[in-house]
Amino acid sequence: MKRALVPLVIFLVVVGFLFKGLFLNPREVPSPLVGKPAPQFNLVRLDAADKTFSPKEMLGKVWLLNAWASWCAACKDEHPLLVELSKSDFVPIIGLDYKDNNQDAQKWLDEAGNPYAINAVDADGRVGIDYGVYGVPETYVIDKKGSIAYKQIGPITMEALRDKIVPLVKQLQAQ
Amino acid sequence: MLNKLLNLVAACFLMQALNLSAQEAQPMQNNAAVEVQVQRLSTQLRCLVCQNQTLADSHAALAQDLVQEIREMAAKGMSDQEIIDYLVARYGDFVRYRPPLKASTVLLWLGPFALLLIGGFGLFLQLRRRQTMASDAPLTAEETRKVRELLNK
Repeated sequence: MKRALVPLVIFLVVVGFLFKGLFLNPREVPSPLVGKPAPQFNLVRLDAADKTFSPKEMLGKVWLLNAWASWCAACKDEHPLLVELSKSDFVPIIGLDYKDNNQDAQKWLDEAGNPYAINAVDADGRVGIDYGVYGVPETYVIDKKGSIAYKQIGPITMEALRDKIVPLVKQLQAQ
Repeated sequence: MLNKLLNLVAACFLMQALNLSAQEAQPMQNNAAVEVQVQRLSTQLRCLVCQNQTLADSHAALAQDLVQEIREMAAKGMSDQEIIDYLVARYGDFVRYRPPLKASTVLLWLGPFALLLIGGFGLFLQLRRRQTMASDAPLTAEETRKVRELLNK
């Protein structure tokens, strides 16, 4: 009798592993940058071509760095949420316009609204590589000391905003 | 998620079609050693967009950018290890096709050997049991007579 149970137990263990696998997302690669200082850069601004932006300017503030592009459909999904978030003045959103065309980017922002306090132009994707961007949109929460506290891979959803990003930003702002 | 994937694929195709990809990988004929190193590394590193391809196999824009980045680092004289470390610092161990042995990957590395051991032990027990079971019992006189009778039919 006991002997007959062995295959059943093995089967259940395998089922357990496969069941857990159903809820894993292989496209989400955990970022090794969380907890580390945000990589420095100095990029021309989309909103003011004669000025540049560097993350140093944001020291002392909690902020979001949102990698996006006008050619990216998933970015358009999250865009209305970003616009809403920017209206609340809760946290500044800095855009990283990733491998985009400036005219297309500006046209999209004119049409859909501009949630970004500042937009940095990463035309060749070099800064994206430094931040480990492998598919836009990606969003980084950066704390007052300039360290990456969280990385959102893929579009920001209502749930991610409510359950992760907003509480985290509040907590970091209180520090 | 599917949306994002389709979008990436579409973007890859579109950029190729329009020949807009930021930096097309251009072989530098003048430095064969660098090219050899780039080749070697790009077959060991994963394209994060099309996750089951190496950088060398992938035509995704990001893969080409990364190959270009590797080429520049190689041209600066950085070693394989330094270049791999640079990419791991940004994309994590996942960028490597051969994951390093550490606490979170112990099961991956040692699991197959553990299974082999368990299987081998099970086989050993089974064989030993069978050996004791199969010892020949001598036939009784009656049984011998029956066997003869059957064989002679």
